Formats: sequence, C-alpha cells, structure tokens
Amino acid sequence: MREITYRQALNEALAEELERDPNVFLMGEEVAEYQGAYKVSAGLLQRFGPRRIIDTPISENGFAGLGIGAAMVGLRPIIEFMTFSFSLVAFDQVVNNAPNMFMMSGGQFNIPITFRGPNGPAHQLGATHSHATENFYASVPGLKVCAPATPRDAKGLLKTAVRDDNPVLVLEAELLYSSKGMVEPPDEELLIPLGKAEVKREGGDVTVVCYAQTVPIALRVAKQLEEEDISAEIVDLRSIKPLDEKAIFDSVAKTHRVVIVEQDHPFCGVGAEICYRIQKDIFDELDAPILRVSQEDVPMPYNEDLEHAVLPNAEKLAAAVKKVCYA
Amino acid sequence: MQPVEQRDEVEMLSLMLLIRRFEERASQQYQAQKIGGFCHLYIGQEAVVTGAIAAVRPDDYIITAYRDHGHALARGTTANACMAELFGKETGCSRGLGGSMHFFDKRHHMYGGHAIVAAHVPLGVGLAFAIKYRGEDRVTLCFFGDGAINQGSFHEALNLAALYRLPIIFICENNLFAMGTSVKRSTSLKQIVDRAEGYDIPGEIVDGMNFREVRDKVAEVADSIRKESHPAFLEVRTYRYRGHSMSDPASYRTKDELEKYRLDDPIIRLRAQLTREGKLTNEQFDELDKHAKQTVLDAVKFAEESSELPVEKLHDYVYFNGAKS
Repeated sequence: MREITYRQALNEALAEELERDPNVFLMGEEVAEYQGAYKVSAGLLQRFGPRRIIDTPISENGFAGLGIGAAMVGLRPIIEFMTFSFSLVAFDQVVNNAPNMFMMSGGQFNIPITFRGPNGPAHQLGATHSHATENFYASVPGLKVCAPATPRDAKGLLKTAVRDDNPVLVLEAELLYSSKGMVEPPDEELLIPLGKAEVKREGGDVTVVCYAQTVPIALRVAKQLEEEDISAEIVDLRSIKPLDEKAIFDSVAKTHRVVIVEQDHPFCGVGAEICYRIQKDIFDELDAPILRVSQEDVPMPYNEDLEHAVLPNAEKLAAAVKKVCYA
Repeated sequence: MQPVEQRDEVEMLSLMLLIRRFEERASQQYQAQKIGGFCHLYIGQEAVVTGAIAAVRPDDYIITAYRDHGHALARGTTANACMAELFGKETGCSRGLGGSMHFFDKRHHMYGGHAIVAAHVPLGVGLAFAIKYRGEDRVTLCFFGDGAINQGSFHEALNLAALYRLPIIFICENNLFAMGTSVKRSTSLKQIVDRAEGYDIPGEIVDGMNFREVRDKVAEVADSIRKESHPAFLEVRTYRYRGHSMSDPASYRTKDELEKYRLDDPIIRLRAQLTREGKLTNEQFDELDKHAKQTVLDAVKFAEESSELPVEKLHDYVYFNGAKS
C-alpha cells in the first residue's frame, strides 16, 4: 500500500483500463490537451494519443450521445462531464438513451459506458454548479450509480465501472480530489464491486450512513462524539445503486439507531429511500426514529456562510446523532 | 474495399410494395386496437429508405427516428418480426418491449427506432465514430425528419461529425411537416440543406419520390466516404400521405396538396420506369403486389398467434449480465 490522492487514484484507474482494453477511450471537455479541468486525465494524451483521449467542444448532449452510439457497437467509452451539474444538459442522453436501450431493443443492445466527473456542491460555486445529482440518476432503472469517498474506492470503483456492461455513473467528489489515502500498488489489480458498502469505522451506539463528500464529515463527527461516549458506526455506501441493503441492515441490527447524511436535497433524496427500506424490513430493530441530514431544500446560495448553512455539515450531523441517541 | 452489391430494381420495387402494404395493414390493425401506443406510418416515403439501402452494404450501420417500420423492412427485418413488434409480442424485432417507435435489429445493423426527436443523431455520430476508431470502411446512414433540424442535439451532432471527419450520411427525410408544423413555420432557412453548410458538411437536395435518384446519390456519397472518411448531408424531399401519427387527421394541409404528391407516387414512378424499359410487365407487377399483401397478411397471423414476454422475465431486460439473450 502507498498513499496517493483521490485524483491520482482515478488517473491510475483510467490508465490501467485504457492499457488493458483497446475498446476503452476517454472523451470530454478539456480531457486531452488541457490535461483535465481537474487534472484527473493528466498525462493520458501523451501516453495513449489523440485517438483514445479526445477533446470535445462544449456539447454535453452531443458527446454523451456519441459515446452511447459507440457503445452500441461494442466500444467502451468513458465520458467525462466537467461536472455533473453540466450533465443536466445531456440528461436526455443519460436518462433516455443509455439506460433504456437494453429494454427497448429487447435485449439486443446493452450500453457499456461510464459517465464520470465531479458531483455535488464544491465551494461557493452558486446554484448552477453545485448539483448533487445522485438521487436524479439513481431513480432511473438501467443506470448504476456509485459515489466513492476515498482514493482506494475511487480507483477500484472506476475500474469496475469501465468493465461493467451497463451504463455506470461514477460520481466523483470535487472537494476530495486532493485528499489522500492508502491504495494498493499499481501492479496489484484493484476492483471494488458495485453495490458493496464498506464499514469505514466500527461502533455500537448509532449507525451513520454516508457516501462521497459526507464520509469525511461522518468520520470527523464520530471521532468527536467518542469523547462524549457515543460510539458511531460509519457505513460508507460507496454505491448508491445497486444499494447494499444488507450492510445497512446488519449495522442497524447492531446499533438500533440511524442517521443518514447525504449530499443531495431532502425531497426524494437518497436517504428517503434508505429510510423506507429500513422501516419496511427491520422496523423492530429501531429504538429511535431515523433522522436525515441533507442539503436544505433551497437552491445553493453563493455567500459562504449561507452555503455552509445549506450544506450537510458536522454540526448538523452531530446534533442529529445525539438526538437519535437521546443524549 | 468491399464492393456494394448491385440490387435488382424489381426486387427493390417489391420491397417498396411490402412497406406500403405493411403500413396499410398496420393502420387497419391499429384501428382494430390490436396495436397500441403511437404509430407513425411511412406511406409515401418508401423510395427514401429503399433507395438508400440499395446503395449501401448490409454491414453498413443505419439508425433512424420513430417512423421506422420502413427502415427495418428495407434492412431485412421480416414482416413477421415487425408486425409482432407492433402487436407487443415476444417474437417482435424488439421482443414487444420497444413498440412501433423502437424497432431494433442487431443482425441487420439496424440500430433503432428512436423516439425523442433528434436524440438519436448523436448516437448515429457515435456509430460513425466507432467505424473510424476501428479503421473500418463502413458508412453510417442516419435518418431523421425535418422536425429534427431545430433541436440542439442535431446541431451538436453535426458539429462533432464534421470536427472528427466521421463516416456518416445525415439523411433528412423532409416530408414538409414536423407533426402539424410546416417547415416554413419552423425553420428560418429557405432550404434545409443549408444547415449542413453551417458545419462545413457537403450537402445536396435529392428527389425523395424517385428511387433511382436517391439510390444513385447515396451510392455516390457513400463511395466518397469510403475512400476518405467525412460526413455528408442529403435533404431528401418527400411526402407522407398520412397524418403524423394514427391520431392525426392532417387537417393542416389541403386535399389538393396531397393529391399532387400522390400523382408523383414513388412506387408508381419506379413501376413506370421499369415498364417503359421492358423490365416489368403489368402481370408481374400485380404478382409482386399480391405477394406483398399475402406476406403482410401472414405477418398479422404470425403476430396474433405469437405469445407475449412473460412478466417474470421483465427484469432480465434492465441490466445486462453477460448471458446474451
């Protein structure tokens, strides 16, 4: 194991999959000559050439659709959105074409495509650039959605996504690109399956379900609450869809209390689905109502203090954990 | 370079007849409520797809919008599989899961049947991208209607195709109406082909009621593309005799206009050409027509007798898990 950044981990995943399979190519705005808007694709043009690392004009709908068409005849495109906020311009392609093709062609055309890029609010980017899109996309049958929080998960999930025979969205965490973590050496194949959560920290009093940018918040809060004798178990979903119900249920069966901390909006958010499943299947395990911490139900303001107030943050999470623990 | 096989014109005429008779029968079955959803008929436009298909190889890629029955039939999908699809049966070309607007046939390189206007044009560009990526000499034929040319995805797709010099022929089937809105009321240009010029794509206007003209023009352009990859644009002027879909009585146009185009019918026209040249007798034509009608009647019977996909199999068609169906 060695320590690398989330950005480097993604870069390694791309390079390894491009190396392994000649059908894989990377396409998006500024991915080639500019070396990636967030430098995730740094060095790839030099290594793999312009045939496989392809700059596009600002035409998200066009190049997302191009990727889907190429996937229909067996190529395995990796389409980078400069941010998933811009994927909304390509919503029709991502929602209407990629996941519907297999069903509406009667099983003739699966679409082995990866859509990737930063997702979720970053820092003071305002309403148009701060979308957390996981709940939009997770509601679409035929799509798979993952949202890694650590360099190791980022590398392993991206590699798995590229090898999957279906459309997979890898929602990267914009605020975590420079964060570091331990990852297996490059000569060791690292594949993390979709639909498998990971307990990032064990605990006995309360389960905190989180993913992507809310994982470091949850870990920080867990550490802080240790001093108040509250032991929180941190379950990192890693994949939103398929959802690892079992990992959630196993943890709740142990702690009997749950807080879900998510980066999207509260209305029809990821946490709403998880709450529903917990009460439906393991109602008797609960000793307290489930609480959710999410963004507030408003478009994102630019002002720094207001933005902080809108985001799911450590203070809100700590308060919610204490509340379900009646502490 | 693999040559394009010269297709027999009488055979192509019978294909046009098959499409015509198929659509007439589909219309009747729709009214009898055997077919659900939306149903867009190709009657009047037969020479466009037939001419284009006659000019390319069976391994070239084709993709189109929702008025797609003719495209599948022209490509070689059987009338049985097409009618069964309309009936929602498992024997349909998309197993009854796609319906009228979503005909697919992988074996015949028919990549759909797409129902969001112009959303398939980027897909067509993707098919062409794959051809160039692999260094093949195939061509993609991407069909769409005049209604598609004012949609953003169309413009993005044309720019990408031109930028990457992809092997694709954009075939605009200009039937003068996007649903009920005439081209004059929807498009700022005097002629649609000028859209191509904006992207530095060579474009031409073709008479879509003339099988030979469509075939020869597509052949010429496809040949040029196979020699050196590039996109091209054809505005093929045609006319649909029926409404936009089965629910449209087409009251936005006059009977006189319709009659004018009917006199220029693509089937009558090719028939006259062949008769004049001594390649077809009236008896032979009647025989072809009889055969087309019978094929379609048999297809209705096949569709009626076919079974539906059992509901418990539905989840097999959401995610592909390796075992190809």
